[in-house]
Amino acid sequence: MFVVLNKSKRVAPTKSIMITVKKLVKRFGLKTVLRGVDFEVQPGEFVALLGPNGAGKTTFLRILASLSRPTLGEVNIAGYQLPNQASQVRARLGVVSHLPLLYGDLTAEENLSFYGRMYGLTDLEQRITEVLEMVGLEARRRDLVRTFSRGMQQRLAIGRAVLHDPDVILFDEPYTGLDQDASSMLDEVLKTVAAKGRTVVMTSHDLARAEDLATRFDILSRGIIAATASRKGLRKTNLSSFYKQALAG
Amino acid sequence: MVNKATELKSMTIERTRPAGSFIKAVAAVVWKDVRAEFRSRELFSAMLVFSLLIILIFNFALELDIKMRQSVTAGVLWATFAFAGTLGLNRSMAIEKDRGCLDGLLLAPVDRSAIYFGKVISNLAFMLMVEIIVLPVYSVLYSVNLFQPGLLLVILLGSIGYVAVGTLLSAMSVQTRTRDILLPILLFPVVIPVLLAAVKASSGFLRGAELAEILLPINLLIAYDIIFIAVAFMVFDSVVEE
Repeated sequence: MFVVLNKSKRVAPTKSIMITVKKLVKRFGLKTVLRGVDFEVQPGEFVALLGPNGAGKTTFLRILASLSRPTLGEVNIAGYQLPNQASQVRARLGVVSHLPLLYGDLTAEENLSFYGRMYGLTDLEQRITEVLEMVGLEARRRDLVRTFSRGMQQRLAIGRAVLHDPDVILFDEPYTGLDQDASSMLDEVLKTVAAKGRTVVMTSHDLARAEDLATRFDILSRGIIAATASRKGLRKTNLSSFYKQALAG
Repeated sequence: MVNKATELKSMTIERTRPAGSFIKAVAAVVWKDVRAEFRSRELFSAMLVFSLLIILIFNFALELDIKMRQSVTAGVLWATFAFAGTLGLNRSMAIEKDRGCLDGLLLAPVDRSAIYFGKVISNLAFMLMVEIIVLPVYSVLYSVNLFQPGLLLVILLGSIGYVAVGTLLSAMSVQTRTRDILLPILLFPVVIPVLLAAVKASSGFLRGAELAEILLPINLLIAYDIIFIAVAFMVFDSVVEE
């Protein structure tokens, strides 16, 4: 007997799982980038997704962000299934990539106002002020984004991503192109964002930063999750050795 | 520095709609494009200067008498609009792609066709603004009266069709490395029916032809506009998704 599910209906997340990915495969033509990824994240977890170049980290994150369709497999975020319920997923998702996703010819305030309108937010003025204060850019709210340094743009990008108070935030290599000072400042913003109990998935090459921020470490290699460890599980070894072992194995 | 005291309050963010209102999202995209263009004037100035140059080049190249000038007007006008329009369409989508803003738009919880319609309206507004300036310049240079209501209607209908299909194809071509070359190669063959109907209708109005003769190309223009908008509405989501 067939059971027909109403596609617009939210499927209650199993226990308390925020992200569920089952047997995810992504192919670009003849090239298979993801080869059956299984991945689960609980609410409030900060997962660092590590791996060498070409491992499929960005592709994986773009699928979670509903920017790319999976070839095969199941993706469920906050109880909504991708790609059928992409709109509902997007409303609960914030994304920060190495590109700022901001308009250079608009001011910081105008950028946030635009995205706020796209997300249908009310009381936008107050919300924009809160977000700009959080990322330390209140004084520059009326300045054009193209006059901002790379670090300031990245902080504003985080402000854009949390503007609609998402349950899940995806960071794709957020430290790319940042100098030491800007990276330290971004650390603080990331900690503030994560401290609110949001679920965070971050891809990075910077093992030290990942070790400092994340509560769980997943190694993506050759299109599959090769190893996973919690912060507690890493006590006996450091992340660098764990990473090397995972890639070697 | 980040001030700890300015952590986000645990307020519930209120949304006016769960997954975005279509019209508000369209209006937001138009507002953003117009605001950014008002500051940079990148797109508008490029289109305008290019259009004026084409008119000048044609003016020098076709040393025609007054009668011949009238007969080539429709063709020269639409060639100018088509070339300048391609420039604008390319730039309009390149702005979205360059800083990853297209992803930012696609991440919004709105029907993606709202993004398409927003871009169509802003592209059309820029194209019409250029046309408003080009028409009097052309009238002076070629001694042809272009301010006829019928001709202005044809220009509006032709521009809608051109921008409707151009915006869709520019969203497609912007994903490629050869986007500057690819758009005209994709666009011109598809938009030929619109340009032919627009030239025929414009020429009819300029010659003072019978309404029955002009009605067919105008009806064709309306039909093409509807078809192109409907097709783009249906396929835009697939075009922008990987």
